[in-house]
Amino acid sequence: MTTRSAVAAYREGEPPARRRRRRANVTPYLFVGPAFLALMVFGVLPIVVAAVVSLTNLDISGLANRANIHFVGLDNYARLFADGAFWVALGNTITFVAIGVPSIIVVSLAAAIGLNQSDSRFFHALRTFYFLPAITAIVAISLIWGYLYNSQFGLLNYLLSLGGLPPVGWLTDPFIAKLSVAFVGIWRATGLDIVIFLAALQSIPRDYYEAAAIDGAGDIRRIFSITIPLLRFAIFFVTITTLINWMQFFDEPYVLTAGGPIHATTSISLYIFQEGFQFNQFGFASAASLVLFVIIVSVTAAQLRLRRSSDV
Amino acid sequence: MSSRRPSLGLAVVGVLLTAGALATAFPFVWMITTSLKPEQESVAYPPTLLPTTISLDGYIALFRDLDFGTYLMNTIVVVLIGFVGMLLVAMAGYAFAKFRFRGRDRMFLLVLATMMIPIQVTMIPTYLILNSLKLTNTLLGIALPTLVSAFNLFLFRQFMSTIPDDLLEAARLDGASEWRILRTIVLPLSRPILAVQGVLTFIAGWNSFLWPLIVANDQNKYTLSVGVALLNKQLTIDPPLQMAAASVMVIPLVLVFVVVQRHIVAGFTMSGLK
Repeated sequence: MTTRSAVAAYREGEPPARRRRRRANVTPYLFVGPAFLALMVFGVLPIVVAAVVSLTNLDISGLANRANIHFVGLDNYARLFADGAFWVALGNTITFVAIGVPSIIVVSLAAAIGLNQSDSRFFHALRTFYFLPAITAIVAISLIWGYLYNSQFGLLNYLLSLGGLPPVGWLTDPFIAKLSVAFVGIWRATGLDIVIFLAALQSIPRDYYEAAAIDGAGDIRRIFSITIPLLRFAIFFVTITTLINWMQFFDEPYVLTAGGPIHATTSISLYIFQEGFQFNQFGFASAASLVLFVIIVSVTAAQLRLRRSSDV
Repeated sequence: MSSRRPSLGLAVVGVLLTAGALATAFPFVWMITTSLKPEQESVAYPPTLLPTTISLDGYIALFRDLDFGTYLMNTIVVVLIGFVGMLLVAMAGYAFAKFRFRGRDRMFLLVLATMMIPIQVTMIPTYLILNSLKLTNTLLGIALPTLVSAFNLFLFRQFMSTIPDDLLEAARLDGASEWRILRTIVLPLSRPILAVQGVLTFIAGWNSFLWPLIVANDQNKYTLSVGVALLNKQLTIDPPLQMAAASVMVIPLVLVFVVVQRHIVAGFTMSGLK
């Protein structure tokens, strides 16, 4: 979607036909060159490399000596689909998406609409607090939350004990750990989406609300009949980017639980990382990464189709 | 809606938002207060909100016993390389916005297409590419994979297409070189977008974790994020030390962000992301 609308905007923004042809020179190529080259080498070339590597048995010995690399056909893919850990990781990823995406959209939309209710200094100051997690390094976040979740001296279990409740294994119980990891992901991701929703809210003309107020529509009614319908594109944008991000969910489980306990929080991305960089199975991990890529592209394409058939 | 008089509804919204804001920010408060506690107090039961005795041991240990001075320098170098990348992106954005040249539309489409490729697919091949370029375990290798962002290139192009063509033509008639036009006209006029992108580049470089983790093998090439992650993997838990490390990573960014926050929201509005 980003690509499609961007191209449309690009075409529209084109300057009218020039009076005379620009000096045909190399300047534009020199200006575009370095950035374009970097994007090709680190954006496009890797796909090709991944596709080729996924058909080989490349591992650490292959890195040292090319003679150790052998073509294995689709063996990596066959091994992948037979690997129970892969299916567990896929299931975990689906769970994370199912918890994370709806929560983020509802929370960030509600917060943005709330923050947009007033232009006062106080409301502006509040925004900063909501943005903080979004700009904070994940490694710092994991230390902070790891300490809060700690089962011996963590604050959360202390608060539970005040209420006479037994301690909870926030990161050690397989089911609770999923929720704890997802919660940190939600906490961190809402900030950016609030920014996007706020930017979109500011483009809604105030007259609409005034007209609705004259017609006697209450606050809640105005939110559901004016704000949310007009935010349709922003909601779609946030849904699709959040979905893509959560299908690639990696940082939180990597730093908080390293995928444990017993693979309960291993996402597909973490699985690929572990196979690739901890076990040095580059060929096998490349095959897994291409499978993830196909999943992401299919889900995104399905969403685009859904949107195209539902409106316009 | 400042025109309306304050209503009960607005007060309720204000209270709810304040509660949410405090809950969101609380982990940071906990981080700072813990970083100032002596070790015994940080694991004491019941926990104390404010330190009863202030101790800077955590911060001292970071820079004296651990190598956080080196990590900090490496991080700064990675951020600076990121700024060079931002200038390359600005240059490319200008050319895509203001020049007509063969293959332009096709190249731009290719640039936009790279936005859809997830990092997990590029992670391993990019490592292999860096390895074959002999750039693993270098700071340049850490910065290169994220040097150029297609999304930022798109934002620059959008912004720079609003620069009047007549201005550029006039400078050309006066005999200014293309390079000089870029430096004296285009970049100064692009100050708002440069400010936003500068902050985002700083944040991205400062926080970057995956590439330093993959590319840096030796301690002396670690960035702050890798150093902080190592503390998390240690067997003995020393909360004040860990929270001091987190504070060293978080506080500089928060200060930068608070100063420029307004411009960031404006930048997103400006980019037409609505």
